[in-house]
Amino acid sequence: MIGAGFWRRLGAILVKEVQQLRRDRLTFAMMFGVPIMQLLLFGYAIDTDPHHLPAAVISADDTTITRTIVSALTSTGYMDFTHRPASEEEANALLQRGEVQFVVTIPSDFTRRLVRGERAQILIDADATDPMAAANPLASAQPAVEQALRRDLTGPLAGHNPKPGGVEIVLQRRYNPEGKARLNIVPGLLAVILTMTMVMMTALAVTRERERGTMENLLAMPVRPIEVMIGKIVPYIAIGSVQVTVILLVSRVLFDVVTQGSIALLGLGTALFITVNLAIGFTISTVTQNQLQAMQASVFILLPSILLSGFMFPFRGMPVWAQWLGEVLPATHFMRLVRGLMLKGADLADVSGNLLALTAILLVVSALAISRYKMTLD
Amino acid sequence: MPLAIDVHDLVKRYGTRTVVDRVSLAIEEGRVCGFLGPNGSGKTTTLRMICGLLTPDGGGGTCLGHDLVRERDAIKRQAGYMTQRFGLYEDLTIRENLEFVGRVYGLDRLKQRVDGSLERLGLATRQKQLAGALSGGWKQRLALAACVLHEPRLLLLDEPTAGVDPKARRAFWDEIHTYAAEGITVLVSTHYMDEAERCHEIAYIAYGALMARGTADEVIKESGLVSFIATGPGADRLAPRLRDAPGVTAAAAFGATLHVSGPERAPLLAAIEPLRADGIEWKEAAPTLEDVFIHLMGQAQDNAPGT
Ligand SMILES: Nc1ncnc2c1ncn2[C@@H]1O[C@H](COP(=O)(O)OP(=O)(O)OP(=O)(O)O)[C@@H](O)[C@H]1O
Ligand SMILES: [Mg+2]
Repeated sequence: MIGAGFWRRLGAILVKEVQQLRRDRLTFAMMFGVPIMQLLLFGYAIDTDPHHLPAAVISADDTTITRTIVSALTSTGYMDFTHRPASEEEANALLQRGEVQFVVTIPSDFTRRLVRGERAQILIDADATDPMAAANPLASAQPAVEQALRRDLTGPLAGHNPKPGGVEIVLQRRYNPEGKARLNIVPGLLAVILTMTMVMMTALAVTRERERGTMENLLAMPVRPIEVMIGKIVPYIAIGSVQVTVILLVSRVLFDVVTQGSIALLGLGTALFITVNLAIGFTISTVTQNQLQAMQASVFILLPSILLSGFMFPFRGMPVWAQWLGEVLPATHFMRLVRGLMLKGADLADVSGNLLALTAILLVVSALAISRYKMTLD
Repeated sequence: MPLAIDVHDLVKRYGTRTVVDRVSLAIEEGRVCGFLGPNGSGKTTTLRMICGLLTPDGGGGTCLGHDLVRERDAIKRQAGYMTQRFGLYEDLTIRENLEFVGRVYGLDRLKQRVDGSLERLGLATRQKQLAGALSGGWKQRLALAACVLHEPRLLLLDEPTAGVDPKARRAFWDEIHTYAAEGITVLVSTHYMDEAERCHEIAYIAYGALMARGTADEVIKESGLVSFIATGPGADRLAPRLRDAPGVTAAAAFGATLHVSGPERAPLLAAIEPLRADGIEWKEAAPTLEDVFIHLMGQAQDNAPGT
């Protein structure tokens, strides 16, 4: 199938698309204006308060008192102790992969120090990439622990009741030590803006041909569906890459967000994500008759990408069915990938799951697009 | 002569409606065939099936020796189809449009061909204008230029001269005949009688069914239609009194004269009889193509159930 004819016709479509794009100044301006505007708007306002965040506890000191502390943290409603890692490395890995939001470490001499009336420390490591999700749980930890100890340490233990400040909770915000919401907003915005422009632009580009009657002419010529599809998609890959660069530069200048991990991986993930969105847009265009329908269908994809991907609400704050829906969305996986790379300095092993998910979605959607695209007007 | 188009019993349905009903058409190479019929009769649909844009629901055949359904690509490479609605890109310039078409067909000497095409069109000086800025007639001419750019062996033109001025229309047809002389086959749909008369042959379709086929003279003769022309003071005002009379299919004023036609002589004469008076002179004349088409349309309506 891939012969000289293929490249020639692909080239013809490509040149045409670029020429048309170049003339569509307004769309062009929107493609760069919208991301910057959203970056500024969203960069300063988002508030959320999720509960039941997964947490791990390493307790080297298993006594009534430490159990009281763990149950006190649980009863704040913010932390669910889902993991009991055996070592610190294991706990760190959990945090790095995002499987838990917190790691609570109770040192082995905790009870002893408390009973002796010395300062006893509990260490909480928090994944602060999403600072809003981490803020309230951390704030509620100290009072909850003190209150529980006062209540439970009665009778013979009453004397051990710690003075205020007797139990010290040491917080460590990882990945985003200053707790800046903007750090977290950038990966999310990247995902949402790319979804918005890429899906909509391709959906419109193909539907426009049908609406304006040029599709009939195009189909009467010897071009194949795959050539039309690739020819229409490639210019937008370039545009998407420029958008990403602009967003990254702006957030660096304005918000001091510097990518921690590999830029090459970020580029790979972004290219994959852009292609997925373009394929989705193309698929939409195979079922819509006019540009209005194409717009509506794009919004149909965009809304869940905003609401269910972890952009608007912390992923773990959503009901399970919504999380499952979220898992199907490319934006969810891309956002995780970018958060990992930008804020946590993740490596290939950490993000390979996300890359795989994106590839799988791409394959399914492309197959759908090609099977739906018809060579005839039937 | 080999056949450029040889299709039989083409059927196309949309839902329960049969839009094209068992249409067979054979056209020899190098012939110009006019495709006529009232609005919505299935001309565009038939053309689309012939050039591989629609899959027939029944029937089949060959186009330039290639199977209509299985060898679409080969047909598309050798045929040029001009859509009824302007099908080029309004947001590309005239030149860019031609270049795009040329690239898709993989033409060599692209620049030369496009230059030549622009020259012939008389659009060389306006080549940098957007196609969308052209007037309706010029768009049609550009579209024709685009669909002959790859030197097709068959031209399928869907109302190419709609909205084109008379001089340009004549030039258009001169060009069509030049192509035919080179051996290119042309199937062209039109609503204009004068254009029908410039075709080697005619196919008339109404409500999806092929009603007449042959040269203009043959079609007229086969219709068996009888026509009379009335001249004299006030002759043109008699039309309303004749239109619904039995045996009359059409009565229409042409300037100061009146044309009346019907399928049989006796009833037509009977209808005319009461109007032979006051210096109005009735003369038998050969029916025109238009008379025949209106007659055929009436016949088709009678045959088409439920429409
Ligand atoms: N995509 C479609 N879906 C449903 N009906 C259709 C479709 N395309 C055409 N038709 C119907 O098929 C019939 C024939 O249409 P077609 O366009 O072939 O007529 P036409 O002879 O070209 O008419 P005109 O002279 O007005 O161009 C019409 O009644 C039209 O409503
Ligand atoms: Mg038509």
